[in-house]
Amino acid sequence: MGSGTDISTTAAVALTGVDVAFRLASGGAYTAVERTTLTVADGEFVAIVGPTGCGKSTLLNIAAGLLSPAAGRVDIFGSSLVALNRQAGYLFQADALFPWKTALENVAIGLETARTRQSEARARAKAWLIRVGLGAFGDRYPHMLSGGQRKRVGLAQVLIRDPKILLMDEPFGPLDAQTRQIMGNLLLDLWTADRKAVLFVTHDLEEAIALSDRVVIMSAGPAAHVIGDWRVPLPRPRDISEVKLDPAFHELHRDIWHMLKAEVIKGYAQTEGG
Amino acid sequence: MSRVQLIFLQILVAIVAVALWYALATYPMFGTILLPPFFFSNPVDVAAQIVTWFISGVIWKHLWVTLWESILAFLIGSVSGVLVGFWFARQPRVAAVFDPYVKMINALPRVVLAPIFTLWLGLGIWSKVALGVTLVFFIVFFNVYQGVKEVSPTVLANARMLGMSERQLMRHVYWPSALSWMFSSLHTSVGFAVVGAVVGEYLGAAAGLGYLIQQAEGVFDVAGVFAGMFVLAAFVIVIDAVVSMIEKRLLVWRPQTGEARL
Repeated sequence: MGSGTDISTTAAVALTGVDVAFRLASGGAYTAVERTTLTVADGEFVAIVGPTGCGKSTLLNIAAGLLSPAAGRVDIFGSSLVALNRQAGYLFQADALFPWKTALENVAIGLETARTRQSEARARAKAWLIRVGLGAFGDRYPHMLSGGQRKRVGLAQVLIRDPKILLMDEPFGPLDAQTRQIMGNLLLDLWTADRKAVLFVTHDLEEAIALSDRVVIMSAGPAAHVIGDWRVPLPRPRDISEVKLDPAFHELHRDIWHMLKAEVIKGYAQTEGG
Repeated sequence: MSRVQLIFLQILVAIVAVALWYALATYPMFGTILLPPFFFSNPVDVAAQIVTWFISGVIWKHLWVTLWESILAFLIGSVSGVLVGFWFARQPRVAAVFDPYVKMINALPRVVLAPIFTLWLGLGIWSKVALGVTLVFFIVFFNVYQGVKEVSPTVLANARMLGMSERQLMRHVYWPSALSWMFSSLHTSVGFAVVGAVVGEYLGAAAGLGYLIQQAEGVFDVAGVFAGMFVLAAFVIVIDAVVSMIEKRLLVWRPQTGEARL
């Protein structure tokens, strides 16, 4: 283990010694993340895995610029991040589509905000809906789509803006096992086309290994930090269901799980105690 | 229950009710008439009164006045409710300062304002419109305020990440959310616009359904009072149907209640 990439100035995302604290209603502060250093190279797919409530999503919000750290620095392609991260696309865990817009309008809006002409934005949105397999669903409103279909629309909504960095917060969490696998393969297909830097948060270790180049393990909160950084030596292109049969996959899974299990147990003990 | 069956039963309820009314107001039971015609009139007289109104055409003028007052009250109340609701939701300080006064005025039974409005605005339509506005405004205001405040934080964060400017957020996120809340209260606010108009007319007017009922009552014309009530009920049902139609077109994106959601 410990194969952390060397910090280069061209890293897509570089968090250095980041602390995140939340003020509590009762006064005082809760340190969610402490002294965390994490880099994602350009074109690299990194998964963050950790027990529930360890501040994985918090790290994503930091990288997105939605939250600013109490200490430490955040660099995006070598320059310090001060406001929203304009180079990143963010796929949220919860439903984030605009319920009053159709699937097509939801996808097109990402371009319309950037002053693309509406007709062109619509045409490109249509092409994206076809790419995510929803060509015939453009005029449906989000509530008329299934959970998996909504995630596809969300993926198209983010990717149509062609962000250099993709932040994903347990995007397939609420989906059933089969749909997750299909969505995972779809994501890998789309990613292979132009290799964006991806920061993918999940609590599913198998999913993390199957998708990514590196798996980063976080300790249980509070004051969560990175405790492990593993390279995934599996060849690409991958098929999620096939890669899970690879002996190398099992070996890696066993090693990482050994470390993760201790943290998960710690995490449970804390939630029950607090 | 099938649709035909349902309609049949609904009509049956009306027939039974009217028949009972007629019977109890006409035939003595155990030596007395249970519904003395002086207080309860009877269906035949009431129907005759309604027919006379429509044949002579008197009713149209009153219906028109009440309709016009309701529409004006609804429009003015809604527009001001939307504007103020938006303003308060986006400026929490303003909202905090005005909060006790908003609550105070809203707690006031609006009927007591009617004499003041009559004094200020006269016996014409505007005093009724003003009364309706005070009712409609608060419903729309509270809904829009809620709608803007309760935009899902995830949707908002998503909008920001998609590069929306403050103006685009207004147009694509806050505005549709506020409107959806406003439309969800459309039935209530339209209903209150009519209530404001009719109550205003009842308390002092020269025309309108409320005036018609009040006039009939003044001369103990119970048939006239009942006839006025029936016309008013039909009027409200028609308006409500129109609102339902508008609502259906505007809120296509919303799941029907009871529809399965994933």
